[in-house]
Order: sequence, then C-alpha cells, then structure tokens
Amino acid sequence: MVILPLKMQGATAHIRKKRLVGPVDITITADGFTIIMGPNGAGKTTLLRLMHGLQRCSGGLVEWAVPHAKAREKQAYVFQSPIMMRRRVVDSIAYPLRLRGLSASAARATARESAGRFGLEKLLDSWAPMLSGGEKQKLSLARALVIEPDILFLDEPCANLDGRAIREIEAILRDAQAAGTRIVMSTHDMGQARRLAQDVVFMYDGKIHEHTAADAFFTSPTTKEAHAFINGDIVE
Amino acid sequence: MNSISQGFWDAWGLILTFDPDLYEIIFLSLQVTVSAVIIASAIGLPLGAWLAVNRFRFRRYAIAILNALMGLPPVVVGLFVYMLLSRAGPLGGFGLLFSPEAMIIAQVIIITPLIASISHQTLRDLWAEYHDLLISMNATRMQRIRALLWDGRRALLTAMLAGFGRAIGEVGAIMIVGGNIDHATRVLTTAIALETGKGNFAFAMGLGLVLIMLAVIINLLIHALGKTERASTW
Repeated sequence: MVILPLKMQGATAHIRKKRLVGPVDITITADGFTIIMGPNGAGKTTLLRLMHGLQRCSGGLVEWAVPHAKAREKQAYVFQSPIMMRRRVVDSIAYPLRLRGLSASAARATARESAGRFGLEKLLDSWAPMLSGGEKQKLSLARALVIEPDILFLDEPCANLDGRAIREIEAILRDAQAAGTRIVMSTHDMGQARRLAQDVVFMYDGKIHEHTAADAFFTSPTTKEAHAFINGDIVE
Repeated sequence: MNSISQGFWDAWGLILTFDPDLYEIIFLSLQVTVSAVIIASAIGLPLGAWLAVNRFRFRRYAIAILNALMGLPPVVVGLFVYMLLSRAGPLGGFGLLFSPEAMIIAQVIIITPLIASISHQTLRDLWAEYHDLLISMNATRMQRIRALLWDGRRALLTAMLAGFGRAIGEVGAIMIVGGNIDHATRVLTTAIALETGKGNFAFAMGLGLVLIMLAVIINLLIHALGKTERASTW
C-alpha cells in the first residue's frame, strides 16, 4: 500500500481568525526529497503540520492516495524540539511498534536491531530525556523510521545542532530516502538545503511562492522574495 | 511534660515487646488503608489521566467538582456510608456495617478525589508535553492514557502517598462506619481517640508514635522503590 501522492488543494489554516497558511496547492509525489524554506513566520511548520494532520484545515483539501486513517499509519513526524518520552532509549524506539500491536519483546528486539543505524547502540539502556541534543534528535529519527514510513516530515531537525550531529543526521536521512521513504523537511540552513534538496518549496507570508527543482531554485529563483532569501538579504 | 515522656517510654515498651493488642491494631490499620489506597488508585489514576487527555463540554466543571471533592468532610462521608450500609439502607443486605470493608468503602470515597485530582494535575503537564508526539504516532485514546500513566508513574506515587497519608490519619468516617469495636474494627486513629478519652495517655501516645512511624516508613519505602529522588526530573 502506497499512500502517496499527497495533494493539497486550497488548503488553509487559521488560528483565531488569523490566517497562518494558505490557500496552498501542492502535490507531493512518491519520490524525492523536498525542502521547505522561507523566513520566520512564513508558515513552514504549519504547512508540515497540515500535511501530517497535526493541524486541521480551516478550508480546502488534504488528500492521500488512501483513506486518511490508513495514510496516518504510514507517516512519521520529527519535531524541531525533540519530544522525549520518559523511557529508556530502547523502549522509546520500540514504542511506535508497540502501538501497532507488536509484543514488548519483539518490539524491543527490532529496536535493538535498528539502533545501530542511528549510532544509538551504546545508549539503548540510557534514559531518553538525559541524552544530548544531537542524540535526542537521532533518537527521534530512529523512533520515526522504525515503522518504515512511506513519508517522513521533519521540522528543522538540525536547528541548534553542531556540524558533526548535522552530518550524522543528514546521512541518516539519505539512507532513509534510499530505503524508500519520501522526505519533506523544513530548514533555515541554506547549505543543508543545497546538500539534500531535490525540490524546494519557498514559502512567504503563508503562501507557496515557488515550488521547483532545487537546481532551478538556487540558480534562478522567480520571485524577488526568494531571490533576496537566497542572497542572504533580510526578508520580512 | 512528665506524662508525655512517660507515654513515650511506655510506647517504646509496647512496640519492642510486640504487644499483641497494639500489633493487631497496626495490622488492621494497614490492611484497611492499603486496601483503600489500592482501590482508590485503580479508580483515581485512570480518571485523572482521562480528564487530562479528553476535551468535552463540561470538562472545566468536572475538574472543579473533583477539586472540591478533595475537601469532603470525613464525618459526612461516614454518615453517608452509614446510611447506605445500615439495615434500612440500599446496601444493608450485605451486612457490611461495622466491618473493615465498610471502613475501606468510606476511605475510598474520601481519597479517590484526592488521588484523581493530584494525578490529573501531574498528567495534564505531561500530556501538554506528549500531545503532538502521541497524536503524530496515531495513538488511540486508551494508548495515550496508558502512556501517560506509565511514563508519569513516579510522579503518580506522590498522589498515592497523599491518599495514603489522608487515609491512615482519618478518624471521623471510620469511627462512624466501623464502630471502633475491639478486635474487629479498631484502628490506630480510633484507638487513640478512645484511649485519650479514657485518660490512658501512654497507650494513646504509643499508638500515635506508631502512626507517625508508619506514615514516615511507608513514604520512605515508596520513594526508595520508585527511585523518585534518583530520577527526579521525570
């Protein structure tokens, strides 16, 4: 069962009558690595939350290739500030599998097996909230990818991390993509976007100003806001 | 002052010589209170978690009522349970009045709102932390409640200890529904009241000393078992 493509048509999000995002039209196809960029308050996080279903649309449509309930089972989300459950690392990775009905021993065995891919094998018995920032984000990725999602949403997963941690996380994301997981990620880091993106969504004032192939976006942006953003000018 | 020190030494004498009357009262007190805490926790902890996770129309009022019930006057609870269990009452047929079971029922009514309210406050904060993650993981309502109860278990010990503290020191309700019958329903608090009334200060003092020691020991034991201090951040 493949849940993609994801289609958003006129999707809009409001909070207390204030428009946060929209109307937005976008299609996320089955392959690729999409980077969402834009200045603070442009609506990157809200767009990700709308796609994942963490935020309800106040208007428009969000449609998957399968019914929403089925689609939710094959998605995962990594938050900008890692949310750590008050459990050991192994139990944190095993938790999504437990939610899907695996026995505790089977879920733990799978978690132990997969921890090596994320450099967490020596931390399996540590308490998750006690990990460093980089380790927490790697645990978030391990927890998200253990269910082998069709699509993974990431909200600035490398914010506040050092170079080494960023490199490790980027390697994990490339591996995940190679293994068949579609990735949609927001970032402020232009260098990271150039390294990872296959296509770029540029947001400004809650709307998608550009959605093009990464090369085209970085070499010849079509809107003045995107041009200014790429040049490092202040975009308000 | 003399009677206090005399009472203190006499109390130690009763404890160290394993006075059978004293130990019978201690065991019944523990039996009634621990049973009440277990039953009240089985009701109050999931109720607290349910209130933390669910949003419904009259939620605020439900929480306000629960908080108000924390201050239930024990004597009124005792009277209510007495009327329920007395022969003319709706549950009179069970013949529970003046039994340890009646005392447990009264204590459960008194401490369940306390345990539910404290656990709700604790789990509400944890739910605020976990909300996006558990929704994202597509956890069902029951799975969310279970995750909160499990991950908040150390903090929930505080709610249970508060219930234990209230129950072990309770006298009004259990005096009414238990009747303070010797070798049947006499517990530490009702015995202290009785012995004080009789002017038997040494024995009353001994019972008081045991009551305080029990409360302290149980608290320390649960903190040690729950590793509360070693993992205090969660």
